[in-house]
Amino acid sequence: MRNPLSETIVTIKPSGIRKFFDIVNEMEDAISLGVGEPDFDTPWHIRDEGIYSLEKGRTFYTSNAGLKELKVEITKYIERSQDVSYDADHEVIVTVGGSEAIDIALRAMVDPGDEVLIPQPSYVSYEPCAILAGAKPVIIELKEENEFRLTAKELREAITDKTKILILPFPNNPTGAIMEKEDLEAIAEIIREKDLFVISDEIYAELTYKEKHVSIISLPGMRERTVLINGFSKAYAMTGWRLGYACAPREIMEQMLKIHQFAIMCAPTTSQYAAVEALRNGDGDVAMMRESYNQRRRFLMHAFKEMGLSCFEPYGAFYVFPCIKEFGMTSEEFANRLLQEEKVAVVPGTAFGDCGEGFLRISYAYSIENLKIALEKINAFITRLRKEQQ
Amino acid sequence: MREQILGIIEKNSRINIKELAIILGAEEIDIANELKAMEEEGVICGYHTMIDWEKTSIEKVTALIEVRITPQRGQGYDNIAERIYKYPEVNSVYLISGGYDLLVTLEGKSLKEVSKFVSDKLSTLEGVLSTATHFILKKYKDHGTILTRKYEDTREKVTP
Repeated sequence: MRNPLSETIVTIKPSGIRKFFDIVNEMEDAISLGVGEPDFDTPWHIRDEGIYSLEKGRTFYTSNAGLKELKVEITKYIERSQDVSYDADHEVIVTVGGSEAIDIALRAMVDPGDEVLIPQPSYVSYEPCAILAGAKPVIIELKEENEFRLTAKELREAITDKTKILILPFPNNPTGAIMEKEDLEAIAEIIREKDLFVISDEIYAELTYKEKHVSIISLPGMRERTVLINGFSKAYAMTGWRLGYACAPREIMEQMLKIHQFAIMCAPTTSQYAAVEALRNGDGDVAMMRESYNQRRRFLMHAFKEMGLSCFEPYGAFYVFPCIKEFGMTSEEFANRLLQEEKVAVVPGTAFGDCGEGFLRISYAYSIENLKIALEKINAFITRLRKEQQ
Repeated sequence: MREQILGIIEKNSRINIKELAIILGAEEIDIANELKAMEEEGVICGYHTMIDWEKTSIEKVTALIEVRITPQRGQGYDNIAERIYKYPEVNSVYLISGGYDLLVTLEGKSLKEVSKFVSDKLSTLEGVLSTATHFILKKYKDHGTILTRKYEDTREKVTP
């Protein structure tokens, strides 16, 4: 029999998270701090709208790009949060999570040989999606000394004459890093100068704890060279609804829409009706959850400080990214031993890129009670490690 | 900061000052002062424990009583409300808009005890026109807490 498989897909490594997931799952009573989704239920009024839409029999396809009223609400949201306007009819698409948006944006914009700049540590799908789109991923290794922000210098050094796109994943999973306006301005200048495009994944935009999130689309000349990606999973605790969106200039959007209509058809109808309610009446829920995450974030940072575990202060998403280099182990070794010896699951930083070596992703999408128990165990573990080292 | 403190202690009055300071990113002394000030101003009027008596062997019944009354000249409803709330078995008294005037909640050991209170004490008060007593059969949710089911984390243990 001939080889049934594509060479491209075979060369792509499975997600590093998957491997760890399998180990953790076998352990019955493990306490996990490894989850990349909110612990809140979707607010009831949003779920209720979803249920209501089912009761009313709204069980058909929507138009390919999504429900008109949802697209309008999305443009209103961007207008009020970033003061940038998009044409709901031609510049917005509702997707199956932010993940689909990443995929179709890349596929709509690159040709074989084009280089896509991917800052890491970052979400697991940029690199494989770039490869599947035929592009060459070029990794920019972010540094703890810069609080894992992307600097102009790092960007400039990575650009070649083949570079076409920069992925901008902030607020960042797994580091919790944010990019503030000045940081973005320095980046935008280079993007304009080198005539590049940006895919800005802002799925955690609502979860920042310093100042309000600034999108690169709000900077001069950037709206026309950016695909903005956001969604409902993180802000409204709607991960299982699989709903995201992208906004882009019409020329790019038309091509993204083609891929979406052939591959997906449309995002789930029930989720779209629920999302309309989320954008119309969900601000209070977002504020409540943000405040709650912020309290946990402070709690964790304080606990790390007391343990003497080095960790830069992250101001976004719901992750902290402590450094474990002092223990002389790889992230994977550390995570494995922590799991075996204390039954606490955290994700090795290397799951998000090689430069995550020496770090752990710890999620605080857990109640403080839960965090307390886990932290005590982590503390016991590192105290033991330090003793071993002496 | 007040709003944040209240938001937290309304749900968890046992949280200590140190922990409050940590999660609010404030100084312990400021939290302590704020709590003291709110206690003095009567913003914080007590610290209670939520108990699901159903799960104990102690017999307790709770009743909601709608009371219609005639307001008194110069006193409005206050005088009668006071006469009602002074009974220790009365849990709460609210002045209500709509079809009746006062909503009284009451705890007793048995239906009989509550009924006796209503017929002997409450309905005989001068100015009380009528009462309607509703016994609570099951508490699904109380003070924002769902009593009928426990939170369960059904998420996958590790996700990207």
